Amino acid sequence: MSRDAIVLLGVNHKTTPLAVREKLALSAGYEEPLRALGQLAELREYYLLSTCNRVEVLFTCQDVEEAQRRVLELLFGRAITASELEQYVYRHVNADAVEHLFLVASSLDSMIVGEAQILGQLKEAYRHATKAGCSGFILNKLLHKSFSVAKRVRTETMIGANAVSISYAAVELARKIFGSLAGKKVMLVGAGEMAELAAEHLVRQGVAEVVVANRTLQRAVNLARGYNGRAVALAEVRDQLRQVDIIISSTGAPDLILRKEDVRPVMRDRRNRPLFFIDIAVPRDLDPAINELDNVFLYDIDDLHNVVEMNKSERDREAVKAQRIIAEEKLKFCGWLANMESTPTIVQLRAMIERQVRAEVEKTMGRFETLDERQRQGLEKMAAAITGKIMFPALRYLKTDNHCVSLPERIKTIRELYLLDSAANEQEDL
Amino acid sequence: MSFLLFQTSVVVYLLATAAYLVFFLTQKNTLRQTGRAIFLVAFALHAANLVTRAVETGHTPITSHHETISFFAWTLGCCYLSFRWRYAVKSLGAFVSPLVFALMLIAAFSSRGMMPLPPALQSWWLPVHAVITLFANGFLALSCIGSIMYLLQEREIKQKRFGLFYTRLPSLETLDKLNHHCLSLGFPLFTLGLITGSLWAKQAWGAYWQWDPKETWSLITWFLYAAAVHQRFTVGWRGRRVAILSIVAFLSVLFTLWGVSFLLKGIHAYVS
Repeated sequence: MSRDAIVLLGVNHKTTPLAVREKLALSAGYEEPLRALGQLAELREYYLLSTCNRVEVLFTCQDVEEAQRRVLELLFGRAITASELEQYVYRHVNADAVEHLFLVASSLDSMIVGEAQILGQLKEAYRHATKAGCSGFILNKLLHKSFSVAKRVRTETMIGANAVSISYAAVELARKIFGSLAGKKVMLVGAGEMAELAAEHLVRQGVAEVVVANRTLQRAVNLARGYNGRAVALAEVRDQLRQVDIIISSTGAPDLILRKEDVRPVMRDRRNRPLFFIDIAVPRDLDPAINELDNVFLYDIDDLHNVVEMNKSERDREAVKAQRIIAEEKLKFCGWLANMESTPTIVQLRAMIERQVRAEVEKTMGRFETLDERQRQGLEKMAAAITGKIMFPALRYLKTDNHCVSLPERIKTIRELYLLDSAANEQEDL
Repeated sequence: MSFLLFQTSVVVYLLATAAYLVFFLTQKNTLRQTGRAIFLVAFALHAANLVTRAVETGHTPITSHHETISFFAWTLGCCYLSFRWRYAVKSLGAFVSPLVFALMLIAAFSSRGMMPLPPALQSWWLPVHAVITLFANGFLALSCIGSIMYLLQEREIKQKRFGLFYTRLPSLETLDKLNHHCLSLGFPLFTLGLITGSLWAKQAWGAYWQWDPKETWSLITWFLYAAAVHQRFTVGWRGRRVAILSIVAFLSVLFTLWGVSFLLKGIHAYVS
């Protein structure tokens, strides 16, 4: 019996255009898809991550091909065609999957390298998986490891020093459009975590007012209070465009909430003062054609990527350091995994030797009838010691790295040598 | 004497241009300060050149082609420095100094001969009209440069492809303000130039307006700028449209300055 394979399937902002990601995003939350994955007999442990830049599923299984096919069919099959799946979805197995997870956790695979949000999202996703009881021994270890790797990367490199995030990129752009942000007004449409972060950033830049529009007014009121702003209903968004300058949209609405035709008349009333739309929602909230209007600028999250690209070189140097840490941690984890692989053999071997030694000891003890408790314990100890001594060469052979003979081969040798797989051994009672 | 000063100032302008351009590419702040210092030196030399020439010719040196262009370059420098002193517009020098240098080159290649003033031009209207008009041109040229910078920056932000200009140019708001500021100074000055010219025409030729090509083109230019300023104040035109209009209008200024003199002969020609 070999160890389960670790498989990671997913799409992210690098491989897949926004339009496709929109279709794949698990906008309904984790419970439903996790439950659906639970129906697949092929999967042993599994976990799901869905953010606005990526959808990833990580699982362990025996039959990689079959499990892969079933999972893709279940998660993405309805949204896109088989050829699109082939084109966009990346697959990583074992060491590659481990590395990819570490990269994601340390925010090296993020759209904005070094942003801290992703780790929180990862933890959130993991929490859902544990709550649903679908992560097991291997994934628990792997995900906890990924958290600690992320922490290590963060403390040992300067990757997060630029405080880079989507919101940072947005502020940068706003400055190129408006000059100073003092006195400008910001409207958040949809009160998500991302929007909140962006607002915080902008407030620090001195914007005059924050207006929050949300489907549930209560949430809007709460958020607005935090910035001394005001809350408006979602229906008022169009009227508000006359007053605000920067709009950050992040609603979960399935359709566009503002179209080009809605914005055009507003510009006349604004006397053409510039408007800056930031669409961080997936699926998109704002009509891309809005960008065609004069003095109106629209950026979605993919576009913001470019802004960030520019101050990349400095971060790239740190990224090299981070890559090194990840490679190191990956090797460690793979070592652990490999040991996992040899563990069943060791357990079996130990059980067999112990059984035989014990059987001999019992036989001998049968002849001495005058043994007291102390002597009996002494013999027990001796049996354990002999087991250990006999185990030692085999253990060392398994655990020591050998460049000529790979671990699976070594395991095979041990198993053959000690007849671990022969039926006779199963009922061994000599 | 004036010629020596002129030549030195051309060379120093060239150095300033080089410094500004290298600053633009490398974004090293020390280079910008160097460029500014060199530009100031060139500007001072140029001013000295104008003064000595005025002394040598005995009248304001704005009559021949050489003098006009050279004076135009000087007013442009003047406007730039006045603007630079009030607002910080990143990289403006990298755009202005090449233009000043180019104007100086044109001046250097046109005849520097000193002609006696024909009686029609001997009037105190000459310095008033010509200086006002050339200062107007200086501001309008600056507005044209601001507009070009605006369009370059706007293009990169709109198309979301960040190349040479995004980090090097200031914000759109700053550039629009520059354009606005220059138009609101340049346009009244230009109007004043037209009025003084018309008064001088009455004195010299006996009629306020006689549809001479230069006058006609000035009027066309005036209407173009009037349109830009009007749209800005009434419907709030700004950004790209005003930028395009002010570039077109400045082309008309250049045509009035040169095209009319060389292509369409009129009485309003330079002394030659």
